[in-house]
Amino acid sequence: MSNILTFIELTADGAPRSSAAALLQRASQLGTPVAVIAIGPAHRDAAVTALGALGVEQVAVLASESADGAVGSAQTDAVAAAVDAFSPTVVLLPHSAEGRDVAGRVAARLGAGIVVDAIDLRADGDSVHVTTSAFGGAFTVDSVVEGGLAVITMRQAAAGEAAAAVQATVTELGSQQSTPAAVVEARTGGAAASGRPDLRSASVVVSGGRGVGSKENFALVEQLADVLRGAVGASRVAVDSGYAAQALQVGQTGRTVSPDLYIALGISGAIQHRAGMQTAKTIVAINTDADAPIFDIADFGVVGDLFSVVPQLIPAIEARTR
Amino acid sequence: MKIVVLIKEVPDTWGERRLDPGTRRVDRAGSDGVLDEIGERAVEAALAYKDGAADTEVVVVSMGPSSTSILRRALAMGATSAVHIVDDRLVGADLGWTAAALAGAIERTGFDLVIAGGESTDGRGGVIPAMVAEHLGVPLATGLSTLQISPDGIRGERTADEETLTISAALPAVVSITERMPDARFPSFKGTMGAKKKPLEVLSTADLGPKAAQVIDTAARSIVVEVVERPARVAGPKIVDDGTAVAQLVDFLSSKQLV
Repeated sequence: MSNILTFIELTADGAPRSSAAALLQRASQLGTPVAVIAIGPAHRDAAVTALGALGVEQVAVLASESADGAVGSAQTDAVAAAVDAFSPTVVLLPHSAEGRDVAGRVAARLGAGIVVDAIDLRADGDSVHVTTSAFGGAFTVDSVVEGGLAVITMRQAAAGEAAAAVQATVTELGSQQSTPAAVVEARTGGAAASGRPDLRSASVVVSGGRGVGSKENFALVEQLADVLRGAVGASRVAVDSGYAAQALQVGQTGRTVSPDLYIALGISGAIQHRAGMQTAKTIVAINTDADAPIFDIADFGVVGDLFSVVPQLIPAIEARTR
Repeated sequence: MKIVVLIKEVPDTWGERRLDPGTRRVDRAGSDGVLDEIGERAVEAALAYKDGAADTEVVVVSMGPSSTSILRRALAMGATSAVHIVDDRLVGADLGWTAAALAGAIERTGFDLVIAGGESTDGRGGVIPAMVAEHLGVPLATGLSTLQISPDGIRGERTADEETLTISAALPAVVSITERMPDARFPSFKGTMGAKKKPLEVLSTADLGPKAAQVIDTAARSIVVEVVERPARVAGPKIVDDGTAVAQLVDFLSSKQLV
């Protein structure tokens, strides 16, 4: 299936964001990935080198001073120009804040068909079948794009084995007729570097809810996540109560996660929370309320006090993994 | 100032929500249709500005056959008027058709600012604001957790994936908000009574202008081929902690090779 344009999100200094590796691997299952980037000229070479290190053989670059000052504008122009240059049938983007903006603008500008938050892709002749999930994973939906270019955003997933590093070939993209954009006035640092895996693609997620009781107690959730090398999540109540950062929210209005193991601590399992985690392969719940709905979907439930169970569980797991 | 707010009727997240494998669409008969919570917050954001600037006009726009009641609800909250896009040609509309139809209705209505929810609770796509902004040819500021509106522009905080940005745009512009924005007000009795007399215009695709028609006639589109319901999860053992729960849990995790 020829060239698969793959939009790579970059930090301001040209490093590919965490979504890149898995997205490129998806693209290479369908055809030849062509990474598309927009970057300030000063960081252009660093970005190309970093993509080569991820095994990308072709990079299409729009070098633009506005790449990190005008929200999504140069990125949209880059993808539109790359569609002109490479005539792909598919453009892949991450289903992230920036990826969604760029996907929406590109699809509207080019009259492309768009499918978002895909969890799987399958080539079928010249068309691509896109799998999405609806209502928190209760339904699986298979879609195709008819009549032209398919713009697809992919849900973040864990990357597989890294490809061997190569020296990427660069195609320079020309500037486009931009749509006016919002401008960035200030950036306040990245999310505190926790050293933990990204919530969206982690294979283990440990989440805390109302039962955790306080911001201080949330350290217990983090400690369990750390012995399992997992990410930390939180219910909406825990976020609204200030126990955990908004970026950690799992559920209808937060992240959707699908890890191998999801451990719910002090989470009752309201329907809106379940919509964000019920496709996890294995669910463990610890809650004092035996009637909590989380137990209806848990593969293993402990009716008990998390402040008694978790402090014993942490050393027990450590003893296993040592 | 004329603010257009995009709102959507969605199945209530407190109830069971279903897709119909036969029609491959949302089973609207099987659940209660409500004004999406994020859409209520978008209406609130517009009304909060109107509270301090009385000459502000707030127009709510929705698409879909059964949106009349949610439009009336937004009018009862305090919106000035409503626009309802209904047309059998739009049955099964994908994101592309929906964005083009909304943009056509917005252009026809006129606007200084468009406010939408960041993503609906049913589709959760979150790309309609971007598509609408591109059709309208204006700046886009999505995922705002704060929003300051002034006569010339907007400013707000956007938590992107790995950082928080303060972004601004001149008007006209399209913005989308998150659930961190303030809760919506309840319609008052007076508001509910008054809503029945407020203008509610019904548009068909013929009213949406040549650009929308072009998208509907010629653009590529996504088609749902199949909808499959996943089997419900079956609960596993549930033990009451009698002091051995940790050991049993570790055995369980070990049996699944998770530790």
